[in-house]
Amino acid sequence: METKIYLDYAATTPVDPRVLRAMSPYFNQEFGNTMSLYSQGQSAKLALEKSRETIADFIGAESEEIIFTGSATESNNLVLKGIASANKNRGRHIIISSIEHPCIMESAKWLESQGFKITRLKVDKYGQILPVDVRKAIRKDTILVSVIHASNEIGTIQPIKEIGKICREKGVYFHTDAAQSFGKIPINVNSMNIDLLSASSHKLYGPKGAALLFIRQGVKIEPLLHGGGQESGLRSSTVNVPAIVGFAKAVEIANKEMGKESQRLIKLRDKLISGVLKKIPNSYLNGHPTKRLPNNANFRFDFVEGESMVIQLDMLGIAVSTGSACSSIKLEPSHVLIATGLKHEQAHGSLRVTLGRWTTEKEINYFLKVLPPIIKKLRDISPFKKHD
Amino acid sequence: MIKKASRMGPYTKKVVECFNNPKNYGRIKNPDGVGKVGNPVCGDVMWLYIKVGKNKKGQEIIKDIKFETFGCVAAIATSTILTQLAKGKTLTEARNIDKQKIIKSLGGLPPIKIHCSVLAASALNKAIDDYESRKRKK
Repeated sequence: METKIYLDYAATTPVDPRVLRAMSPYFNQEFGNTMSLYSQGQSAKLALEKSRETIADFIGAESEEIIFTGSATESNNLVLKGIASANKNRGRHIIISSIEHPCIMESAKWLESQGFKITRLKVDKYGQILPVDVRKAIRKDTILVSVIHASNEIGTIQPIKEIGKICREKGVYFHTDAAQSFGKIPINVNSMNIDLLSASSHKLYGPKGAALLFIRQGVKIEPLLHGGGQESGLRSSTVNVPAIVGFAKAVEIANKEMGKESQRLIKLRDKLISGVLKKIPNSYLNGHPTKRLPNNANFRFDFVEGESMVIQLDMLGIAVSTGSACSSIKLEPSHVLIATGLKHEQAHGSLRVTLGRWTTEKEINYFLKVLPPIIKKLRDISPFKKHD
Repeated sequence: MIKKASRMGPYTKKVVECFNNPKNYGRIKNPDGVGKVGNPVCGDVMWLYIKVGKNKKGQEIIKDIKFETFGCVAAIATSTILTQLAKGKTLTEARNIDKQKIIKSLGGLPPIKIHCSVLAASALNKAIDDYESRKRKK
């Protein structure tokens, strides 16, 4: 079935046509290697540095504090492993939240196997971390605190500024994975006390294959990739200029449009949330009612399973996602939903709907029209439905 | 041109058809046997109801069969196909419906979903067990 209504913008976004246009010359005209001395190489280098400046400005950083990587996963791996490696003489304790993206969870697990100690902070039922818990968890040997800015699954926004303040006081590096929030809600690395920040291009209408890591000046970190010394020696690899130019263009657009766009999305999101909860009995919202991303709605329906809902909606041309085990490779439900206190069988019935730049009210109305009969049909088959 | 995926998710056409147009779902009033399998924690639960009758040769057969399933596409599709395979079969034949038969009838299942076919086969065996133990008690 051809997708007619895309409501999975948290998974990835289409490239904005303006971004595509900006990238185009860098594939076969300005295709030089940024390390080459001749003019073609230097104009690629110029495009790279201009992009860096645009993105640095967007979050209140200095250009030299931004390095480009290939994905948010890479940036996050670099933070955990690179900070651990460069600071292990100071201590071997790292604090993360229990609702991080798998690339943080798995990197932390790997570091554990290498002798590092990991504390995973609990969240409340809305998926929020209490800053006081961060304070309590910091020890003498803590070298890094890493907390996701906004949850990729339930959209909950964390009190980053407060957590950052505590880390600053305690002299511990503070990293936030901003893959979902970057370009959607305001970020300033200075006022929010952030030392390291990851973000990715393809979540904000840029191409896949470009991401960034903000590293505050003075932060000690080791590279994952050794080689030609690109990106201040922190990420050797031939620079992916077209993707980075696209990333910068996407940021430029977000910078101009974010305020208005987030207001528009919040209106649509709230219409979606109240519509679903009103129309479907035994339905619930996952995540925080207000402290959530403008484009994220995450529901839970009793007596039904997520993958079945996703495929039913796909048949109608609607793309959404679920945290159900049945849809995952591991056959385990989302660790984020479980961390918020849901039982496994409750987590199975989750549905994530994420809106974006091309989402219209008409699409939301259509979704609200077709979802109730789908849930009803699946409940009719389910043994857990309420019998009269 | 990029070819569109011909399958729905990881599933064959037959699986999707059995999922989208489920047959024989619901409850049987006063069933002769019930088989409940699965665990809501894992995400797949199947309840199977059977009514037993006799064929012309006097053999006991599955006269009617219905299911209630909580689970993914594969769980619902295997439930449908199981009831279709079992209806009208003698109890011995019904017991012989195993995961291979179910998977074959569905044109295949993704490896990670094979357990759904195992679940369906064991639900039917459990329902027949239940029928036979009730009969002994009579």
